[in-house]
Amino acid sequence: MTPVYEFLIAAFLVISGVFGFVGSYGLIKLDNPMSRLHAPTKATTLGVGGVLIASILHSLMSEGHLSLHELLITLFLFLTAPITANFIAKVHIHRHETPGSLPVVGEDQDWATLATEPTAKAE
Amino acid sequence: MNLVRRLFPHPVLTVLLTLVWLLLVNRFSLNSLLFGFLLGIIIPFITSPFWPDRPTLRNPAMMIEYTLVVLYDIVVANIVVARLILFKSNADLQPAWVCIPLDLRTPEAITVLAATITLTPGTVSADTSDHGHSLLVHCLDAPDPDAIRDEIKDRYERRLMEIFE
Repeated sequence: MTPVYEFLIAAFLVISGVFGFVGSYGLIKLDNPMSRLHAPTKATTLGVGGVLIASILHSLMSEGHLSLHELLITLFLFLTAPITANFIAKVHIHRHETPGSLPVVGEDQDWATLATEPTAKAE
Repeated sequence: MNLVRRLFPHPVLTVLLTLVWLLLVNRFSLNSLLFGFLLGIIIPFITSPFWPDRPTLRNPAMMIEYTLVVLYDIVVANIVVARLILFKSNADLQPAWVCIPLDLRTPEAITVLAATITLTPGTVSADTSDHGHSLLVHCLDAPDPDAIRDEIKDRYERRLMEIFE
């Protein structure tokens, strides 16, 4: 393995470490629940992505075979992370928001989480 | 034709599941290809009652462009949000709710848009309106909420319209 690749792998690991750290720091520093939700989205995208790219490069360069396992981790994270965030946001809306504190809905009547009674489906 | 439709309710999902299985095995062989394909037939067939519609995917070139745009935006937005967290005090941040009126009507397309908004740091999609005609988005720092709405509509929704509708 040439030193160039070692530097490249190390660089990706450091980048992901930095973003993972900033994400965790943001979780402590930000002061309201909805803002806090933004911090972990960084850890799951660039934070994990950097480690995965480093892992692909490492298996390609030092073990000499292409390993694409890592792409699956990205795929599953990209599928599950938005759903988790959406659940937390919905709980926040249920507990702390009223129709008056959210922006105007536009052409519909209510935000779905706050709609108390089912309305007829308009096409 | 009807029988083919019932046996393969989601052809794209069949291909995708086969690929996922090959990636899980992490070594290409005819055995795993066949078994992956078998899973790709059985799983969409069993789960088709949960997903009765079949979304139409047009314009594959635009799908690649969309993926690249989103990946680029994820990197850029990560840096922007990291700077906000590290160098801006909580009092200076202006978090805001933004309402995004949707032109998209396909449920799958709206799901992709909402997931994209959440994955790009700085914005989280929180809710849809009761008939699915607008999307509620929370922004970490939005001095100008209208600019964020226009950017999402122009960068993501316009491309998704070309892919799905």
